[in-house]
Amino acid sequence: MAITDAPKIVTSRFRYDDAHTLARYEATGGYQALRKALAMPPAAVVEEVKAASLLGRGGAGFPAGVKWGFCPPGVWPRYLVVNGDESEPGTYKDRMLMERDPHQIIEGVLIASYAVGCSQAFLYVRGEMALAQERIAAALNEAYAAGYVGRNILGSEFSLDIVLHWGAGAYIVGEETALIESLEGERGMPRLKPPYFPAAKGLYLQPTIVNNIETLSNVPWIVANGAEAFSALGAETSKGTRLFAVSGHVANPGVFEVEYGVTTFRDLIYAPVYAGGIRGDRQLKAFIPGGASSPWFFEEHLDLPLEKVTVDRAGSMLGSGAIVVMDETTDAVRACHRVVRFFAAESCGKCTPCREGTTWLERILKRILDGQGRASDLELLLDVADNISPGITWPPKQTTICPLGPSAVSPVASAIRRFRHEFEAHIARNPKASGAVDATGSGAARPAALETPVPFGGHHG
Amino acid sequence: MARLSPENEAIAREILSRYPRRRSALIPLLHLAQEQDGYLAEDAMEHVAQLVGCTPAQVLGTASFYEMFKLEPVGRYVVNICTDIACMLLGADELLHHAEEQLGVRAGQTTADGAITLEGVTCIAACTEAPCLQVNYRYRYRMTPEAFDQLCDDLRAGRAEDVPPHGTLATVRQRIPADRAAGPADPSSGAEPAWMKGASTGGAA
Repeated sequence: MAITDAPKIVTSRFRYDDAHTLARYEATGGYQALRKALAMPPAAVVEEVKAASLLGRGGAGFPAGVKWGFCPPGVWPRYLVVNGDESEPGTYKDRMLMERDPHQIIEGVLIASYAVGCSQAFLYVRGEMALAQERIAAALNEAYAAGYVGRNILGSEFSLDIVLHWGAGAYIVGEETALIESLEGERGMPRLKPPYFPAAKGLYLQPTIVNNIETLSNVPWIVANGAEAFSALGAETSKGTRLFAVSGHVANPGVFEVEYGVTTFRDLIYAPVYAGGIRGDRQLKAFIPGGASSPWFFEEHLDLPLEKVTVDRAGSMLGSGAIVVMDETTDAVRACHRVVRFFAAESCGKCTPCREGTTWLERILKRILDGQGRASDLELLLDVADNISPGITWPPKQTTICPLGPSAVSPVASAIRRFRHEFEAHIARNPKASGAVDATGSGAARPAALETPVPFGGHHG
Repeated sequence: MARLSPENEAIAREILSRYPRRRSALIPLLHLAQEQDGYLAEDAMEHVAQLVGCTPAQVLGTASFYEMFKLEPVGRYVVNICTDIACMLLGADELLHHAEEQLGVRAGQTTADGAITLEGVTCIAACTEAPCLQVNYRYRYRMTPEAFDQLCDDLRAGRAEDVPPHGTLATVRQRIPADRAAGPADPSSGAEPAWMKGASTGGAA
């Protein structure tokens, strides 16, 4: 099967300009899956989604059906919280789904809430996304009027309010416990774990399922077409399709829905139907495979399939489906600094290794870029990174409550490991650098874990 | 400047009614206050504190955490130029530099006529449309210096019709009709939903 032959699951209506309206949604099979689900026992709907092996599309890739089964028995009420706080640099897909097919999300929310037994749903949209908020508000208003949302949905016993909620600008709120804090009117800071899943204690300390926009957008298709049809697509451990945003130095940047596990990075970056290759026929230098948090990939990783386990084993992740392509003209230090600067700005400040560590990583990278680097700075960067994420391994260990801190380590480790000479060239611009000023003041040896060059991302195949 | 107007207070009460706990409405109500005044005035924050049932200090604590809330007046139009990785690769730094020159302000400042506040921001989820910006949270894709100059002219001449004044986010509000509302789910109710009763799920006791 050609890579473009796979059915479109979440973008099937994107060819219509009015895909966001109820009329178009109903005319294209919309809300039929809800009717089908309501005729099934709730547990059977959960089983169907479990059988489909739908992996969460937010970044962590946890199976959605399994997550749904984590609510403690007999504890009521339960809530559903939809994570529409898309903010990971490079990522652009959930906003597209919210703006262009909001009813598909609403139907996914309804089916999930029915299946899990959630008494109320909150749809948390990133604050900066005004059009997405408008489209979802309009769609909810239509859906309430048509009897799809609210009391006794379609004449059944199933009742659910879906409340559109919106944030105010904070990347960290994409972390599910921070999202819940924000929904409770607090500063968006992640909660201490355990419990590891809000399914145990979430919103108002009640059982809460937090699902990503793209994840829920798959649910109506799965219910309508069956788990078997869904799991027939994709690879052994990654079923269905996925949205990937390909940005940076490519000829045709865009968001593409591709079959999981079949398409490769090379297909996505070079195929004329996708991103169409590097601009001006330049050479590829590096690419970020799964959002800014992911370790970088290079030429030798191009033929890896877009499949979770394979990419995890190769030392990175598919994360949030965001590929940022850098060509040979890119200054690796500048790119590294730019990604680290993001995490430094977005650290919520709760955990010291992240708050101080990301800040120092950013400052050191900045001075290197400014020609003020010191000979000891590379070791210092790795030392700080090691304090945030001990051993600088992949998957990362963390000294923090949430993965934001280790996310800032990915670009540092990737760039230093591959482009050490570029850092050294920047440092050499500082006339004082040869004096090897030791910024730690101690002259201490680097941690043993760092004696070998940064471990992750090194092996591939 | 002001407490919420009677009209906005009515909207605020309707928003409050959707949540099991009032405090959850804090961020939406702060947006409403910012929509009214263009920024978060102290009186408005005190009013919001009364409405959600917390202290003004708690309101400030939350408000100051989030980038979109402005604690000082800003321009009628806030232009946020993305300078994150995908946009940086395609000239965002040069675009921001051009904007600073053109407007005669540094990022973070407001033009003397009060029309435009310029900011350099992190990723706004339009990476495939780089370099991009938002003006009062309305997107402009694949920006060039020329397009930026045109945008500023349009804003000052009132020709950018899709851009509401700063503070207004969505121009469509959710409305839950009283005869359709299921109502908020009280976390202390312990109530099992009607459709789960007797259902043989792993969730039922």
